[in-house]
Amino acid sequence: MMTDHRAQALSPDEMLVVDGVTVRLGGREILHDVRFSIRPGEFVGLIGSNGAGKTTLLRAILGLLPAAAGQVRVAAAGIGYVPQKIQLDPDVPLRARDLVGLGLDGHRLGIPLPSRSRRKRVDEMLQAVDAGHLAGARVGELSGGEQQRILIAHALISRPGLLLLDEPLANLDIASEQEVVALLARIAREQNISVLISAHDMNPLLPVMDRIVYLAKGRAASGPTDEVVRTEVLSKLYGQHVDVIHVHGRVLVVAARDGGLGLPEEPAVPAAR
Amino acid sequence: MNGVLAPVIEPGFFSSSPVHVALLVGGVVAVVSGIVGMFTVVRGQSYAGHALADLSVTGGSGSVLIGISPLWGFAGTSVAAAGIMDLIGVQRPRGRDLATGIVRGAGLGLAALLLYWDTTHTSTTGATITILFGSMFTIDPAVIGVVVAFSVAAVGIVAALYRPLLLSSVSSDLAIVRGVRPRLAGALCLVAIALATSLSALTIGAILSTALLVGPAAAALRLTARPGLVAAWSALIGLVATWLGILLAYDSYYWPPRGHGWPVSFFVVFLILIFYLLAQARRGRDARPAAAGAEA
Repeated sequence: MMTDHRAQALSPDEMLVVDGVTVRLGGREILHDVRFSIRPGEFVGLIGSNGAGKTTLLRAILGLLPAAAGQVRVAAAGIGYVPQKIQLDPDVPLRARDLVGLGLDGHRLGIPLPSRSRRKRVDEMLQAVDAGHLAGARVGELSGGEQQRILIAHALISRPGLLLLDEPLANLDIASEQEVVALLARIAREQNISVLISAHDMNPLLPVMDRIVYLAKGRAASGPTDEVVRTEVLSKLYGQHVDVIHVHGRVLVVAARDGGLGLPEEPAVPAAR
Repeated sequence: MNGVLAPVIEPGFFSSSPVHVALLVGGVVAVVSGIVGMFTVVRGQSYAGHALADLSVTGGSGSVLIGISPLWGFAGTSVAAAGIMDLIGVQRPRGRDLATGIVRGAGLGLAALLLYWDTTHTSTTGATITILFGSMFTIDPAVIGVVVAFSVAAVGIVAALYRPLLLSSVSSDLAIVRGVRPRLAGALCLVAIALATSLSALTIGAILSTALLVGPAAAALRLTARPGLVAAWSALIGLVATWLGILLAYDSYYWPPRGHGWPVSFFVVFLILIFYLLAQARRGRDARPAAAGAEA
């Protein structure tokens, strides 16, 4: 695993430590001095608008991007990763069970020999994400929500301590969105896995989120949700006054005046998504 | 009457030595192309395969000039071209098409010169036709050893990288996180494609070689979603098309215009097309009830 060289000096109650990470891409500073940590079994939302740097942060944690400054420390249990929407060609000759199996031994050389224990582990993983009935289906022919569940199984089968998900709720209808959130919360609780999930809308995650990492303009504020999602904290982060409004059990972050803030998209009517 | 098969298999088919060589070399090459072809199609590198095939013309025509088997030239230039294409960005889809196009254009220009010299400076009659369209019945038996060595190398590469290649075709990020080096795996896969292309250039001709690489794999992908079975079907379809093509070409000696057999490559490529259309029709028939169910 490529994060090995950074798996150092973590206390047992830390799964991930992001320590003052700055990332520059093409001369532009995308992330500035981002710092937070995640404890075992914690469910953390990484919230920010499009372009706030969520994907960049996840890629830096995975070691897919170099940090210009700072350090990422990951517990030895390793990371499972569910990337943003993957374009899967319907022709790709992979059944759901094949893709999940590749999460176990996709790096190995040679042709896999049929193994009863491997098959059993894949079956159990598929059932854990409520996708046992999809085992034989071509991944390219599954719906967005179904593919999401298969990718989660792919990421979890190697039993990582931390699961990173990049916008898994994007492009899902509301029913699949709720399904995926409930599924992730259940897995985090049952298997004591930490979850870091990015989203541009925090509302679907509010019932299950232990803590929040709020990203704006490449800077982060983290802590318990009700301590971070406040007018003073977010105004400081945006460098401009914003209001945090609670309405019908939803949280809206609204700019005092229009334009230029890059606020999370908050559709007025949820059904329009 | 030579038995019930006489109308189908012309007398002498199984006792002719060129037929033996054609069946052996053609069969081995079809199996290799079928297996490597699956990865070519799955990784979306059919265009790269076409370019490597075109470029092998350059090496093949050069080989004729210096009097060695065209197989060496096919393999030499296509493996070298695979390396160059990888260096100038074959990994990114857009850089890939551009890189492939530039290398391909330059190589074909050189091939034009070499083929001209082949026809004007050597006594090799029909060299151009042999290189471009293949000549299964004139394969030199001495080349069998090299065919086997290249075949083992090409199949060895894709068999070893079976899982890393499949995973990186889903997402290179997923592959990296899993500990795969997709760049290296992709470069090695391109070498396997180059070897398979030069092998099929030897049997059905450089211009047609990607038909054997891409066609059976594309048909097989419509028959099953299991990666191992796709490779097996692809190899089988290529093998049947090649052997049936050899048989038909042998028989065609007695077809009009009498006394001139039809080219094997024509039959092989045509049979692959038929197999592809059959597989497509079968997939379409299977897919329709499912689609109707989804709408309901």
